[in-house]
Amino acid sequence: MLSIESVDAYYGLFQALFGLSFSISPGETVALIGSNGAGKSTLLKTIVGAVRVRRDGVRLDGRDVGGDTEPQQLARGIALVPEGRRLFGSLTVLENLQLAARNGRAGPWTIPRLMQEFPVMKEFQHRPSTALSGGQQQLVAISRALVCNPNYLLCDEISLGLSPLAVNDVYGLLSRARGDGLAVVLVEQNVTRALAESGRFYCIQKGRVALSGKSADADHAAVAQAYFGM
Amino acid sequence: MLIALETLIGGLMLGALYALFGLGLSLSLGVMRMINIAHGDLIVLGAYLCSVVMQMFGIGPFLSLMLVVPLMFVIGMLLQSLLLNRVVGQGTLSPLLLTFGLSIVLQNFLQETFSADTRSLQAGDIALRGFDLGGVSIGLLPLLSTVVSVIIFAGTSWLINGSHLGRQARAVADDPATARLVGVDDRNFYALITGFILAVIAMAAVLYGIRTPFAPTSGPERLLYSFEAVVLGGLGNIWGTFIGGVVIGVAQLFGAKISSGLGPFFGHLVFLVALLARPEGLFRRIQR
Ligand SMILES: Nc1ncnc2c1ncn2[C@@H]1O[C@H](COP(=O)(O)OP(=O)(O)OP(=O)(O)O)[C@@H](O)[C@H]1O
Ligand SMILES: [Mg+2]
Repeated sequence: MLSIESVDAYYGLFQALFGLSFSISPGETVALIGSNGAGKSTLLKTIVGAVRVRRDGVRLDGRDVGGDTEPQQLARGIALVPEGRRLFGSLTVLENLQLAARNGRAGPWTIPRLMQEFPVMKEFQHRPSTALSGGQQQLVAISRALVCNPNYLLCDEISLGLSPLAVNDVYGLLSRARGDGLAVVLVEQNVTRALAESGRFYCIQKGRVALSGKSADADHAAVAQAYFGM
Repeated sequence: MLIALETLIGGLMLGALYALFGLGLSLSLGVMRMINIAHGDLIVLGAYLCSVVMQMFGIGPFLSLMLVVPLMFVIGMLLQSLLLNRVVGQGTLSPLLLTFGLSIVLQNFLQETFSADTRSLQAGDIALRGFDLGGVSIGLLPLLSTVVSVIIFAGTSWLINGSHLGRQARAVADDPATARLVGVDDRNFYALITGFILAVIAMAAVLYGIRTPFAPTSGPERLLYSFEAVVLGGLGNIWGTFIGGVVIGVAQLFGAKISSGLGPFFGHLVFLVALLARPEGLFRRIQR
């Protein structure tokens, strides 16, 4: 179980999270929704250590792991697919994956398997990663996190700016990963999709949890209110 | 004609050495986006360390590298992790100021420890030996330094393009924050790179110290040649740096043929003209 315990997060003097708590169990899919600037990305960055918090702010399986670095969290099985994909432009698609695979953990997700699941990726493996379409880049970005064989996959707006067809591809890959028992945190602008894909959800507003619960029971009026803060 | 050929070959070989000076600068610029003003002074430090090790153990300059290369590697790692890591990614000015200060400190340290006298590294008769190739005489030492330089460049280029280390280097250069997400600890990695740079510097320092005397204040001149090689070749382009160094070396020797003492001036002149004609350097950042 991975959890955030009433965390305050700052960028310099600016406070982005206010006593926020959050948790996810192994194998679970949890959606994070909220308007622009609510603090969703900050929450994910806090979990992986890109935004530093106090030692007991992040807990993994009963251990305090807050304040550790991204490589340390990756080694513990927490991987982030960052907002905006952020593939390395100087590396080919294959090299992007090789880099992550070598630094990550051993497990079921290997480069050959990903290539097999995505024949298109095999086709463009030797191209610079910037030469791909947005949808293809997103598949590579998710694959780059998957080859690290995490237990917890944090996805930041993986469908943003993609065509509906590409969005389906991306969620197809994700559902295969979840089939392997991976826990997924889903930050998603599309609330309907987020609720449909997840078991539980948190609605974040101005750095605080405004609403949370089971996705299936989510009351759309209440979610809209928590989302927009009206 | 034969003299021109001899000068050209001599220039190529001297340039290969300048290129080796430039390699470290090129790497720190390419991977960490920082210019190390103390680069030249570190070259001089390497030469003095060799000199000390040679005296201490009564060995030649090449054998002394067995100790000096690892030593410089460690100094590089410490320098980066204790000092330079504080300014990487903090814009362009902070690294310049910090390494400028480091340069002054190093020069004063060398002056205090070794006095202001010039020194050179005695390599025995290898420094004088040479052979004749179709009427052109080629020194053994310049040839050796050229071979060493080419090998180091080829090795570095291979590392950057074809190894895990190189993939990490390119990823960190692209986007350090995202590199951390795929498990590259950028700070440790920078320390490794600077260790490597100083190890290369040690070798360049020995090869240069055998042919040219050095003093505690020789650093800035070494920095200038390195910098010219890097900028001329195009920033962040490894083989470009090699060509850049060679161009400077050839220009210097032809200048010196016209009038001894004009050598460095001709190097600067060619640099200036080339830069005016192609401000982006002779080679764009095509190669990785
Ligand atoms: N690097 C930064 N420096 C300073 N402030 C930041 C930084 N990143 C985010 N913020 C601020 O922190 C707050 C939360 O930002 P965050 O990126 O977590 O929001 P978000 O919910 O992911 O929004 P979006 O939907 O736009 O991605 C915002 O007010 C934002 O302006
Ligand atoms: Mg965001």
